[in-house]
Amino acid sequence: MLSLILQLIAAIFFTGIIIRTKSIFSGRKGPGILQPIKDVIRLFKKSAVYSETTSFIFQIAPTVYFSSVIMAMLVIPFGQSKGIISFNGDFIFFAYVLALGKFFSIISAMDTGSSFEGMGASREALYSMFAEPAFFILMGSLALLTGHTSFQEIFSALHIGSYITYALAILATFVLLMIAMIENSRMPIDDPKTHLELTMIHEVMILDNSGFDLGLILTTGYLKFAMYGALIVNLYIGVIPYGFTIPLFFIIQFLMAFMIGTIESFMARFRMGHNAQFIFALTSVSLLIFFGALLILGKFL
Amino acid sequence: MIIIKVFIILLMLGFILIPFMQLKGKGIVSFSVILVNALLSSYLAIQCLAGEKLEFILPGSYITGLIPLRIDALSAWFMLIINFVFLTGNFYGLSYMKAYKAQKNNISLHAIAMLILHASLISLCVIQNSFVFLIAWEGMALSAFILIIFEHEKTATIKAGINYLIQSHISIVFLMIAFIWIAIKKGSYDFNAITAYTIENHPMALLLFIFFLIAFAIKAGFVPFHTWLPYAHPAAPAHISGIMSGVIIKIGIFGILRMLLVVKPDFITTGYIILIISVISGLYGVMLAIIQHNLKKLLAYHSIENIGIIGIGIGTGCIGLGSNNQLLAGLGFAGALLHTLNHALFKSLLFYTAGIVYQATHDLDIEHLGGLIKKMPQTAILFLIAAIAICGIPPFNGFISEFLIYSGLYQWMQHALLFSSIAIIFTVLGLVLIGGLAMLCFTKAFSIVFLGNARKNFSHEIKEPPFIELLPLYFIALFIVMIGVFPLQFIQFLSHTVLLFTANISPSVNTLDLNIFQVLQPISFAMWGLVLLIVCLFFLRKFILSSRKDSIQPSWGCAYNAPTVKLQYTANSFVRPYRKLFRPFLLLFKIQKDTNGIFPEKAHYNTHPYDKIEQYLIDNPIKAFKSFLSRFLFLQNGKLQFYILYGIIFIVSIICIPLFYEQVIRFIEFLKQL
Repeated sequence: MLSLILQLIAAIFFTGIIIRTKSIFSGRKGPGILQPIKDVIRLFKKSAVYSETTSFIFQIAPTVYFSSVIMAMLVIPFGQSKGIISFNGDFIFFAYVLALGKFFSIISAMDTGSSFEGMGASREALYSMFAEPAFFILMGSLALLTGHTSFQEIFSALHIGSYITYALAILATFVLLMIAMIENSRMPIDDPKTHLELTMIHEVMILDNSGFDLGLILTTGYLKFAMYGALIVNLYIGVIPYGFTIPLFFIIQFLMAFMIGTIESFMARFRMGHNAQFIFALTSVSLLIFFGALLILGKFL
Repeated sequence: MIIIKVFIILLMLGFILIPFMQLKGKGIVSFSVILVNALLSSYLAIQCLAGEKLEFILPGSYITGLIPLRIDALSAWFMLIINFVFLTGNFYGLSYMKAYKAQKNNISLHAIAMLILHASLISLCVIQNSFVFLIAWEGMALSAFILIIFEHEKTATIKAGINYLIQSHISIVFLMIAFIWIAIKKGSYDFNAITAYTIENHPMALLLFIFFLIAFAIKAGFVPFHTWLPYAHPAAPAHISGIMSGVIIKIGIFGILRMLLVVKPDFITTGYIILIISVISGLYGVMLAIIQHNLKKLLAYHSIENIGIIGIGIGTGCIGLGSNNQLLAGLGFAGALLHTLNHALFKSLLFYTAGIVYQATHDLDIEHLGGLIKKMPQTAILFLIAAIAICGIPPFNGFISEFLIYSGLYQWMQHALLFSSIAIIFTVLGLVLIGGLAMLCFTKAFSIVFLGNARKNFSHEIKEPPFIELLPLYFIALFIVMIGVFPLQFIQFLSHTVLLFTANISPSVNTLDLNIFQVLQPISFAMWGLVLLIVCLFFLRKFILSSRKDSIQPSWGCAYNAPTVKLQYTANSFVRPYRKLFRPFLLLFKIQKDTNGIFPEKAHYNTHPYDKIEQYLIDNPIKAFKSFLSRFLFLQNGKLQFYILYGIIFIVSIICIPLFYEQVIRFIEFLKQL
């Protein structure tokens, strides 16, 4: 429960901080931190425009997408306190329930019969497929390291002590951060601020969504950021008492948002054709973590 | 015993009645015979699923010896799957075959072949006499052949049928070698003799098992023995494709599981062999499925993929047995067995909906379809449910079995050494990639066939079939949802089947420790939560939006306001980034004509996917063999004198060899002394 509340609070500020960081780096004052939430509230009040090509799939897809992310958030623990749903192998459920949302967002983009949205859908399907192995191998190595198979047990048994574990923690943070960027369609995979439909991934998929549905999709994006942020926080907090971890949670979330803003201010998006290789390379980083875990456990004998 | 007699008598009655009936009668007789037979066999099966073991000994004949029929929980599980798929398939087939009502005799043959197929599949599950097993196996192969070539006036259908027939017989050759081996060594056809033999000669068990494995892998469609499958499935009528994918290839899985129990080979080596070919099958199947444009061919390749997933379960289970890890064995086999049922459910549903699409449009090339969801919404929803289930996405059944296999793998990791850890991580990698690729494939299939605008104008009206045709489909969909939402209840039916396997490590345990499946309880809560959340949010959204006025406009065209349907994304363009990345594994023939010049002619672009393994393993050897044989073409020169000469040579040698018999023997003796 604690974890859900913290994630919800973080979600309110996260995107605002990214936007603010970017505007400060580009020399503008920028909108207030709560602007994204205000946008969403405005959208929730509006009526929608639907494409004449679309069917009911287009109308239920944002709902399913939103629900899937909420379900995934319920699984995430916060240090010692379990998520609302917690069982052995819950990270498998986490990944697959997110896939449900992706499935629906892809078919809803295809439902419009537009060539732009098809482009985005095709890319989304391919990239999210490549990102998944990295996550599963990462969780597999953490499971191997700790001897548990649920998020909460893994994270509370994770002790960062020796040099190798420092390396592993950094690599794991990198992998999770990159997965978060891919899942949220941010740089360096996707540029949310591009003006050309041909070079978008996520933005082009939701071109035809409007009103309440668009609000749901945007909210889902904010939630997803906070969710992955919470996962990364969990790597570090372990058994530290709440008095320290709750501020730490917000500090790490803030740092992450700041970092994303910085990256997006100073980096260009990858060429579309190179994205797949880059994402699949993440899998090899995860494999590194896996071999590191084997090394720690002394199985290289 | 009476049940078995009634079973056979009903079958005979069906054979006699069907040819003399009117068209409607044929269908009713065929369906009712299968219904009664299914009820009879399910009655026995349900008893056995609860843990009983039934044994009937038929007298047999001088040649076959006694014919033992043994039903245990493993046979029972497969019998129930077969019965379920046959009942829904046959019921659906009744409406599907109406389109062919002119071909009366053909339908009679079809109905009779259906009865034989059902009877032979059921008997394969229970017969434990290798001689009679082979007869039943042949009965299954031949009747399936007749069912596949229903539309035999098409060349492609006949070709696919013959391809299937030949490969089935290669499988029979391997079975025969293994059975003859045992018969020579032990002088008995009983399966118990196999167990007795392998206990005495343990090193030979693995070799024997490999013969069985190849035979059953051809039937199940493991890569590289899969090449018959993508031809046979599209050629057959839709209900037959569903049955083939649902149960015929599953009998291969049954065979492998049965032989694991009977042969008891070295479980660890066997486990790794099965694991490796399964991961390859799973990946290769789905990789080729993505580039297919024929809807049924796409589904056929997915069968290979799912056989791979089942195989991964069996492989992990075996390794669990080998390393005395009951938890691992239980999870692996439970995952494999549940996925067998799950695949039978969603794959038959997919084939039936594909059949409905075919009958509505007379076209299976997905590049010609589109926008069907508006004309046939019920079919679209059924297809969508099955598509989500096959990708292993919650809240449907595919997730449950894949979850069991994953938890098996992660459990195993806790005790694994270096080599097995690497094996696990690559299996997990394979399984995840399979899931992701399946999602790519089914988002493509669903959205190109059902969403967007129609890509081709059909001259006839496209409409939803009557409810009666959709009824069996709804029934299957109900099961898909139920297994997803109440997994624990379904897994309990499996407990005795899993126990059969785990008894190999701890024979004293006669109730399966259901604790390992207790994890399914929170999953089912999570599933309910997910469904509830979606439903609540859906109604909340509906309530909020009810007062607002939505407007309907064309899709965003980037300010271009004369879009045509040709601007839509096609299946080919949807998978283009994938195709470019995976080019080393794929084989694509491309015919391309560009536009050029001031007055360009019509351009066209055509791709034709082919199977690389088929080319290297089947086509090239056959080509080489043909060119070798063509060197002897001079013998067949069409001149009568030569043929008479061959005859004379043959007769002379027949007469002369006995004359020189003594000398020949002496010569052989002489050779032996050297």
